[in-house]
Amino acid sequence: MRQHISFNLNGRPVSMDVGAHEDAVDVLRRRNLFGARESCGQGLCGCCTIKVDGVPVSGCLTLGLKLDGAEVETVEGLEREGVLDIVQQAFIDAGAFQCGFCTPGFVMMASDLLARVEAPTDEQIKDHLAGNLCRCAAYPEIIAAVRAAAEKRSAHAQV
Amino acid sequence: MSVETMNRNEGKNQPEVGRDVPRLESRRKVTGRADYVHNLSVPGMLHAKVFRSTVPHGRILSIDTSEALDAPGVHYVLTGEDIRAMFPHPYYGPAFHDQPVLALDKVRYVGEPVAVVLAEDPFAAADAVQMIVADYEELEPVYDEVEAVTSPVVVHDVLKPAGTFPDLKHLHGKRDTNVALDYQLRRGDCDAAFSAAAHVFEHEFRSQPVMHVPLEPMVSLAVPDHDRLTIHTASQSPSFVRMEIARLLGWPENRVRVMVPHLGGGFGAKLYIKLEALVACAALIARAPVKLSLTMEEQFYTITKHASTFRIKTGVDADGRITARRCEVYWNGGAYADIGPRVTQKSGFTAPGPYDIENVSIDSYALYTNRPPAGALRGFGIPQLVWAYESQADIIARELGQDPVEFRRRNLLRNGRPQATGTIMESAAIHEVLETVVERLEWAKPFDRGSGPVRRGRAIAIGFKASIAPTTSVAIVTVAADGSASLSISTVDMGQGSDTAMAQIVAETLGIPTEEVTVVHPDTDTTPYDMATLGSRSTFHTGNAVKRAAEDARERLARLAEEAGMPAQDSYAPAEVFRKRYGMQAGTVTGTGSYIPEYRSPDEDGQSPKVTPYWMIGATGVELEVDTETGHVHVTRMVNAVDCGTPLNPKIVEAQISGAAIMQFGFTMSEEMHFDAGQVTNASFADYKIPGIHDIPPLMDEYIVDAVQSGGPFGAKGVGESATFGVSPSIAGAIEDAVGVRLTELPLTPEKVLRAIRAAAGDPLED
Ligand code: FES
Ligand code: FES
Repeated sequence: MRQHISFNLNGRPVSMDVGAHEDAVDVLRRRNLFGARESCGQGLCGCCTIKVDGVPVSGCLTLGLKLDGAEVETVEGLEREGVLDIVQQAFIDAGAFQCGFCTPGFVMMASDLLARVEAPTDEQIKDHLAGNLCRCAAYPEIIAAVRAAAEKRSAHAQV
Repeated sequence: MSVETMNRNEGKNQPEVGRDVPRLESRRKVTGRADYVHNLSVPGMLHAKVFRSTVPHGRILSIDTSEALDAPGVHYVLTGEDIRAMFPHPYYGPAFHDQPVLALDKVRYVGEPVAVVLAEDPFAAADAVQMIVADYEELEPVYDEVEAVTSPVVVHDVLKPAGTFPDLKHLHGKRDTNVALDYQLRRGDCDAAFSAAAHVFEHEFRSQPVMHVPLEPMVSLAVPDHDRLTIHTASQSPSFVRMEIARLLGWPENRVRVMVPHLGGGFGAKLYIKLEALVACAALIARAPVKLSLTMEEQFYTITKHASTFRIKTGVDADGRITARRCEVYWNGGAYADIGPRVTQKSGFTAPGPYDIENVSIDSYALYTNRPPAGALRGFGIPQLVWAYESQADIIARELGQDPVEFRRRNLLRNGRPQATGTIMESAAIHEVLETVVERLEWAKPFDRGSGPVRRGRAIAIGFKASIAPTTSVAIVTVAADGSASLSISTVDMGQGSDTAMAQIVAETLGIPTEEVTVVHPDTDTTPYDMATLGSRSTFHTGNAVKRAAEDARERLARLAEEAGMPAQDSYAPAEVFRKRYGMQAGTVTGTGSYIPEYRSPDEDGQSPKVTPYWMIGATGVELEVDTETGHVHVTRMVNAVDCGTPLNPKIVEAQISGAAIMQFGFTMSEEMHFDAGQVTNASFADYKIPGIHDIPPLMDEYIVDAVQSGGPFGAKGVGESATFGVSPSIAGAIEDAVGVRLTELPLTPEKVLRAIRAAAGDPLED
């Protein structure tokens, strides 16, 4: 069974046929977006994190058909006109990844946190990223990156 | 003793090497645009799904694939016999040619690939797999590595060593044994030394089976093209894949092309042949591209880390000097040897630990059992050994009433002294690594062990490793007419940062910024041979090859300048040389370099003047709290120090140190594959707990001791595994320091801690 759906993908309208068995990661792959990627396939690792109507979800547990009419954001949408988002840049500066497979998920959750909390504590950072796994264990650098991004943002805000 | 440690900002003399260059592919990784095989698809591609054995040991009676073949979207359903009909000897493996592409005649573990469905989409393939029915005559299984030595159950009727390793030759054609390798070392006279010793200690330590779980599950795609075959694969060893697939097909190597983009983690899981033989055979039979992507669950059926049993007997004189040590190590290799025999031998070199011991006897056995195959996992067996010898070091020190650090200081090897293999220690900052941890943990200060239900403890452990020798790396540096340089190597950047570090070597040698060097990813059509990306060998081996290739390019540029009639000088602007020589922006300069370290095979007593080109050293110190009412252990502080020579990129090295330590922390505290009748029962992150962001010790410090590796490129050597060594024994030691109970089996779960506490209090928990 396939159904035609329309949604906004990183701010642009798209429409496509989606099978009932496809999840959001499958759908995005067909749009050549590979940043949200399936690893555990069970909602346990966060590698497939995307935002649907502003809420971060596991793409591997989200039916493709559910994207119909939604505002969908992926890691690819964070970069604006060739300029990296503050979190992405902070991840580079802090060296907050090794293999990079988990990175889009962490970046999505970290930017979600910064959208909600002005100056997150380390405990808040950890809580917000607790659903994301990194087998390379870049956790110390990830925490440092999020902290740095928050500081940089508040420095910008004060200028 | 004062210790000089270098932290990342204290600067290095050379501008490119030693600089904290961010990973070259950083931007791709944070934007989700890095290439992984995971992302790849090609037109006309079929999706493979594997049907797996449900019994641990059995003869295959029949496999009924008819219903699956009729399912919608299914093109082929292949069994081992279909493979054998086309490829007469469909067995592979780096040490033994023992692993069939799909099970033949027998199945040897639950989860072994028995048949494969090729279908138009992955869902159709997965549905069809459910329709396959296999019948087995079940055989008695053997699971335990020690039982496997004497068990009447034999996993392989006959041993089939690959022939590439001279030390496996004597095993050829051997029947009725599960022993795939018996490594031994004899030095001095252990028996006499034990009789003369003031104290003799005997213990047994066990480690559990675990899995690497790279977040990008194993994936391979084979694309046939007339008389050639291209394999895109998430592999740490593209050169080996090409050689082994060519051998399997009976083709010359140049008809097989292996390409590897970025890897979503490896840790040893993606070495040698994993899915490549299956997709290659299937693609050639189907005459269509075939992609196989494993699920997270299926990774647990593919490769694991050896469970081990280590019996260690140590004689000590009245002053606390170790006079003799006997090591018996049993490695649970599972159903297929993979690289297990190499783990058994190479780790055997250092089984008695980094101590100066006159009398040593080592027996290390690789065993076949009816479990998923075991291979290399970040440390090549060393973490299992350090777990045992450093646990015992603490036990001995405690019994002798000595400070555990003093006990180690007294016994540690020094440069210039022979190690157990007879190889003389050099460029090994063992003492410096220990003293760094001692100092940073403030060992000399009084330590509050607490009172009440939560007790505190601390401990330090140190380990070392011989590199995997003799192995070859080759590199090509190409300078284009505009002066830009690219580096071709078959070393795989799986996250450890080799692309960046190697580019730094090129940049340093050619006098250009690292950011301007392009690293060509492994493509065996163009990138030269590299043995494999494993065992922390790349920095030293590939690094030396890259340095030589860059030097060669530099010399060729100078010659070109001479031909162009330019005055001799130290360095040239390459673009200008090309323009002068060819009259326009034209030409190419190619420099090549290769490297193989000196190595001498051990004799029958395991003695050799050169078993390794360098030693890797790592130590860990921890402070922790034990809740005596729940058995819960909270590591509050962890200090790791390594000798990695002079780091090429200190910041990436620090991330390697903490990453390795945290991974081993998972293997110490929570990770364990559980089995029921041979079936893995927790093959999911829901039931197999790897460290998350909340689990890491709140205080973690990484130190790189000031050191220079002789013969290393710019004084560097590998570091990817070093910080795993001391983690498990330091935590077990700190638990004993806190609550007086000693655990000898990993992992150190709250249940085990609580049981031990209650047993020691004479109030054991019920089973
Ligand atoms: S792949 Fe979706 S949470 Fe792991
Ligand atoms: S960087 Fe490799 S899993 Fe996180």
